[in-house]
Amino acid sequence: MKTTDRFSRRGYALFVLALLAAMLLCICVGSVSIPLSNTLTALWNTLWRLPMPQGVSANIIVHVRLPRVLNVALVGASLSLCGAAMQGLLRNPLADGSTLGVSSGASLGAVIALVFGITIPGTDYGGVMLMAMAFAFGSLVLILTLAYALDRSLSTNSIILIGVIFSMFVSSAMSLLISMADEHVRSIAFWTMGSLSGTNFKQAALSAAALLICGSVLLRYARELNAFAIGEDNARHIGVNVRRVKLIILIVGSVMIGVCVSIGGTISFVGLVTPHMTRMIVGPNHRKLLPASLFSGAIFLLLADLVARTVLSPVELNIGVVTSLVGAVAFVAIFYRTRKAR
Amino acid sequence: MLRAEHITVRYGEHTVVEDLSFRLEEGQWLMLVGPNGAGKSTLIEAIAQGVPYAGTFLLEGRDIRTLKAAQRARKVGVLAQKNAVGYAYSVEEVVGLGRYAHTSGFLSAGDGEGKARVEQALAATGMTKLRHASVLTLSGGELQRTFLAQVFAQNPQLLILDEPANHLDLIYQKHIFSLIRDWLRQPGRAVLSVVHDLSLAKKYGTHAVLLDKGRCVSQGETGAVLTQDNLARVYDMDVYAWMRDLLSQWR
Repeated sequence: MKTTDRFSRRGYALFVLALLAAMLLCICVGSVSIPLSNTLTALWNTLWRLPMPQGVSANIIVHVRLPRVLNVALVGASLSLCGAAMQGLLRNPLADGSTLGVSSGASLGAVIALVFGITIPGTDYGGVMLMAMAFAFGSLVLILTLAYALDRSLSTNSIILIGVIFSMFVSSAMSLLISMADEHVRSIAFWTMGSLSGTNFKQAALSAAALLICGSVLLRYARELNAFAIGEDNARHIGVNVRRVKLIILIVGSVMIGVCVSIGGTISFVGLVTPHMTRMIVGPNHRKLLPASLFSGAIFLLLADLVARTVLSPVELNIGVVTSLVGAVAFVAIFYRTRKAR
Repeated sequence: MLRAEHITVRYGEHTVVEDLSFRLEEGQWLMLVGPNGAGKSTLIEAIAQGVPYAGTFLLEGRDIRTLKAAQRARKVGVLAQKNAVGYAYSVEEVVGLGRYAHTSGFLSAGDGEGKARVEQALAATGMTKLRHASVLTLSGGELQRTFLAQVFAQNPQLLILDEPANHLDLIYQKHIFSLIRDWLRQPGRAVLSVVHDLSLAKKYGTHAVLLDKGRCVSQGETGAVLTQDNLARVYDMDVYAWMRDLLSQWR
């Protein structure tokens, strides 16, 4: 069986086209549908500061949908990249911020920052973001320590077991916070279910910066991730500084998840589903898998956001609800496949 | 080339290897022999810095702990006892990773020498035809040969092999052991291996360390170590009689 059919430049070109198409689709379709020509005109004229022609609703395009679409794409790309890296690092196709409980840990951090009013002076989201990142990293360390104590090979079963236990712990901590401060119930619901509605350019710039920095680091470690995906012992034998690389990838991953959660709350399963599907297309080699996962994650989340906005229109679903529905089914499918492969 | 000095490995209360010292010189093939649970694989993992240990391994006079991971891997190649891959990497990708310690960075796909080494390693282990195959579809023997090719591509000076004959059919057992013996003929090389098959140990080993419950029972040249008395003590049975009995089936 041939596995790694050449995934070439043409493949990336297709990904770029699909991403652009998905972004345009998401800008055009919504409670108010906008013709494609108007969308393009509005974007073009805004970019070059040209006057807007009659009948083009530039406001909704440029100030509502464009920032949202950018945020969705960036968060999707980040979560997907993180998932791909975690699945390689832990050599487990079910590892991901949400299955491990890292995302819910991060949202717990964000909620604690909100309820107790932890802020960083001079910033809008600094406190929430920092707490989300710190809790993401703390959760990851805690979960992996527990899982290692259970069995050193970090088998699928122990990861899932620990993830379930940790998520239960987090949800009870959330309930506790809700009963302590019920004026925050609505915002807590936001953090647990995830939504990118009403996000702005500032947030997009922030997640773009995080993605640029953290993403470059992860791409730099593509070869090491291949070694880990083959086996941690093997990685050590061929000369990978196992402890250092693992720590760097885990920290970088937590930062990315923390940023994503502080912008959009817990959006489950993106990091699980898209790397898995991408691996089926480009193969497991992280040099191709990581960049390809960026695109597929962005496209997947854009489509999920589109469904969330339109399926029960005018009521808008939380995006996390949509990704969880799709993700839960995919999770079961992957789980059964990995069990059968044993 | 390699000196082990007072190596002790403990898992909690349990001592797996106790105060073990030995030397491995250039051109030697040292066989680690002993029954299950003697501490052979643990010792190998200790050299590969995979388990914490007390004592010192000196590689060409330098404490192996002070070497960086890539520096160590350029000198020491390890074939583990168990190799399983979770994702559908191709044979070539797995073998190519053996060049990791010799190249660095995202863009350096491989030096010219590296490509040649990978080709040689694939050819030597009979894996050239299967180079594009997914490792998930390989048989146990093919997988073993894939990882052996990876170690050859790594081009170390010291080969450490934990049960290299694992999963190999007779043709490849003979082929691979001869291959390793040829590899050893180049100056500046040495082999340390765990082998359960005492006949293979006797045939190919120049030296041996006989272990029992983590302690060294005897060490020296293979013939002097694998004596009837020593083996009877460690295996608690007349090994010589058993081996002759097996052989007599072929008369």
